[in-house]
Amino acid sequence: MKGMTRRKWLAAAGVTTAAVGATGLAGTSTLFGQEATPASKHNYNFKNISPRELIQQRHLPNVELITQDNQKVHFYTDLVKDRRVVIQFMFARCKDICPVITHHLVEVQRMLNGRVGRDIFFYSITLSPEEDTPRDLKAYAKRHGVGSGWTFLTGKPDDILLLRKSLGFFYNDPKEDADRNNHSGMVVVGTEPLMRWAMCEGGADPKWIATVIRTEADAPLQGAVDGITQADPAVHVQTKGAVNRAAPPVHVHRK
Amino acid sequence: MAYISRRNRRKEREVQQALNNRLELVKEGFTRRDLIKMGLMTTAGVLIPKGGLTHAQTVADSSSFSSFGCFSGCDVGCSPQPAQVFVDPMPIPPELPARPLTDPGLTFGAPPQICPNNAPNPNNGNLPFEGRGQFNGLLVAGSDCFQFFNQYPTQKYFVERIRANPNFRITSDTNIPAQLIWGFNLGGSDPSDVGTFPGPTIVSRYQEPWLIRRFNELPTQSQNGGFGVPEMSTHLHNFHSAPESDGGPCRWFFRGQYFDYYFTGQQAGFASTNQPNGDINESLSTMWYHDHRIDHTAENVYKGLAGFHFIFNQFDTGNETTGFRLPSYPQFDIPIILTDKLLDPSTGKICFDTFRFKGLIGDVQLANGIVQPFLNVSKRRYRFRVLDGGPSRFYELFLTDPLSPSTVIPFWVIADDGNLLPTPIQVTSFRLGVAERYDIIIDFNQVKSLIGSHTTVRLENRLEQRDGQGPTCNIFAGGQGTSCVEFRIGAAVADASVDPATHPVFYQLPSVIAPRITRNFKFDRSNGQWVINDRFANCNELRYTVTQNSAENWVLINPRSDWQHPIHVHLEEHQILSRSGNGGRYSSRDSSFSSFGDCPFGGGGGGISTTRPNVPNVEVSRKDVTRLQFDENVTIFFRFRDFQGDWPMHCHNTVHEDHAMMLLFQVQPGVIDNNQNP
Repeated sequence: MKGMTRRKWLAAAGVTTAAVGATGLAGTSTLFGQEATPASKHNYNFKNISPRELIQQRHLPNVELITQDNQKVHFYTDLVKDRRVVIQFMFARCKDICPVITHHLVEVQRMLNGRVGRDIFFYSITLSPEEDTPRDLKAYAKRHGVGSGWTFLTGKPDDILLLRKSLGFFYNDPKEDADRNNHSGMVVVGTEPLMRWAMCEGGADPKWIATVIRTEADAPLQGAVDGITQADPAVHVQTKGAVNRAAPPVHVHRK
Repeated sequence: MAYISRRNRRKEREVQQALNNRLELVKEGFTRRDLIKMGLMTTAGVLIPKGGLTHAQTVADSSSFSSFGCFSGCDVGCSPQPAQVFVDPMPIPPELPARPLTDPGLTFGAPPQICPNNAPNPNNGNLPFEGRGQFNGLLVAGSDCFQFFNQYPTQKYFVERIRANPNFRITSDTNIPAQLIWGFNLGGSDPSDVGTFPGPTIVSRYQEPWLIRRFNELPTQSQNGGFGVPEMSTHLHNFHSAPESDGGPCRWFFRGQYFDYYFTGQQAGFASTNQPNGDINESLSTMWYHDHRIDHTAENVYKGLAGFHFIFNQFDTGNETTGFRLPSYPQFDIPIILTDKLLDPSTGKICFDTFRFKGLIGDVQLANGIVQPFLNVSKRRYRFRVLDGGPSRFYELFLTDPLSPSTVIPFWVIADDGNLLPTPIQVTSFRLGVAERYDIIIDFNQVKSLIGSHTTVRLENRLEQRDGQGPTCNIFAGGQGTSCVEFRIGAAVADASVDPATHPVFYQLPSVIAPRITRNFKFDRSNGQWVINDRFANCNELRYTVTQNSAENWVLINPRSDWQHPIHVHLEEHQILSRSGNGGRYSSRDSSFSSFGDCPFGGGGGGISTTRPNVPNVEVSRKDVTRLQFDENVTIFFRFRDFQGDWPMHCHNTVHEDHAMMLLFQVQPGVIDNNQNP
């Protein structure tokens, strides 16, 4: 508490004095023991934060990263905002699972037929920022035949750790959490402006991974969903013109 | 003086709790720097009290232990709470009305037909009118025509429209804002007929085939309020259904489409062992319907897409003067769906962390969509159909007299997973995993004689669970758990229902025969992902083929001591033949867990079977969900009758399910597949 007044402390937490009391008491009452708190004690001061902004604040930190080409980028604003993304973790010296997953994703990149880098962006973030230099990552990408539109990233260890945990790649058990292989299998698939996030399995059949990515990317834009008319009723639509112009929640970055 | 000293004690507790929380966060692997970055800790090392993080909880709380305090915001211990509980009545969902074929919902596009109406709808981007016939979003022309549609002509039609409802209240406390939910409506097209939670109860009768047309009228993806995917597949949980009507994970449909679900209304065996109406001993009673969209089931069901479906027959009639004489529907036969939620501390809205994959437990307990409601009951027998609506919580439910929490109050289990047992079993508690149902009879007349002048008892969950992995071995003392519903006992009224103490006989268990094959399924975690036999869910892969009209044994294996999985298999029910019985050890992975040693599930005081190893008597039953406990092997017996096609088996902890703990198998005539570890 030293160095911080009660007022600042509460302000930082975004709650009023009354809310702190009520929260604690009500929490106790509801879960354990069930004594009610008088309604008069209630005064939550809820804010009108958009769900998209909440997701960004909690899961998509805007940390500074460095690409395999030595460019500085910010995770949220440069890589994820307004985009369809595919995110996974790996490390260049990984001998076990990463090469398999990378191999699968290279297959997937090929199956997505030019979309990667156009309206879907792939990111591989190192789990070993201490040892993986941009040059190492570039060599890894080259070795695996990674195509364009797929960025490999390193950064400050603290930032990478925060990013990893924010994206849900963690274990409670410190021993399990320390095992980098435990974070190399999962692949996050998201369409940031639509608040649509899924996770698929990098170890799965590449055809299935590609299917998941395509359905995640295209399903929300089907039919009259966002005012689009399409002749093809199937979900695996051409991407050209698939982005809604009438009321565009998705702003697809094109490079 | 007293007031001040109480406050000081609270302050001390806060400080202690803040320290504990901080230690827990550190234990989670969060560095001090992480926390500062997240705004959770000041440089002086004080944890910021986001929505109650620093507040003492009278019992070691589940929550802050396993997660990261309120860093993500959407976490246990962080939810704002209504000021009072047991002040709102428990709603009982309305019954879905049947509709004539002339109803606009049933004439839209085309009337229900045997093969899907895949004609393009020009008003909906030329998507097919009907979503049936699509597999994982891709139209497979000519597929998914209804099996047995002409043999068992539809007698009853229903319509449901899946809609958003931005004004849903979980409590009358207006300090907690209205919630955005997605739910099923009563079938009307009028905008006032909004989606609700729980959805309307659908009631049907055996030998009266029925059809439900569901419209996906959800708003666009960007209007999801932070979670939820508006692509629907509505599974009728536990009916004996063909794949085209089952609502499986890969048969979802888009906004603007409808989907006809047809059900023969016959018991299993109707086209094989017991033609033409099936085996009476395969009669089901309590089912539920819920969304099953692959990869997104947890968030969608959590958003409100679930309701009950009851089916009656000549024995389980819904009328206490006929058949088995079970308490009359709807007055004395009441469904209760238990769900736990998290509310975002910054907005007060129900939240769901789509980046978390180990499971979600909430700290706001709902029964039928209302926070800890009460229900006025008369002094007589009631049938309650209690369902664990998930996503990840397990319950051990007791009746508790709040004024005398140690009083033991027995009641009767009459059905497990909605299947009437051979005869009622008296218990003092019952265990529910996600999607399991128990039908219980509470005789409030008898209860009243046990609690004397007191007038209320509560349905209390005394099972400790600290995270989405599974419960611990701790059963709290009476009054220390979370009460889900308060029953307020009023005056006596007439009761013609059967007294379970007279040991009435219901259905016999279907025979168990020698299996054609025994297959093994290991439910595990690999590289951070959930697997069955080391592989992931995949709509494109039917893992193995079961010979139609054969019987098999499946051995479900949990090699882990720190996870439990409620395993659900579609198509037909199974019977548990044995549990390995070592299934009770909670993880030794962390020394701060308060309980160790064996703690197998005891069956709630109803005894253990003398013929089926380690199987509690209440589980000597037909089942559709089997809890796979710590370090446990469970052998289950199946028949696979009547239909052809593909169905899933999956973990019904819906978060695990969405992260790939699922497989598809198929049933075909004449195919012999001897893969024992598919």
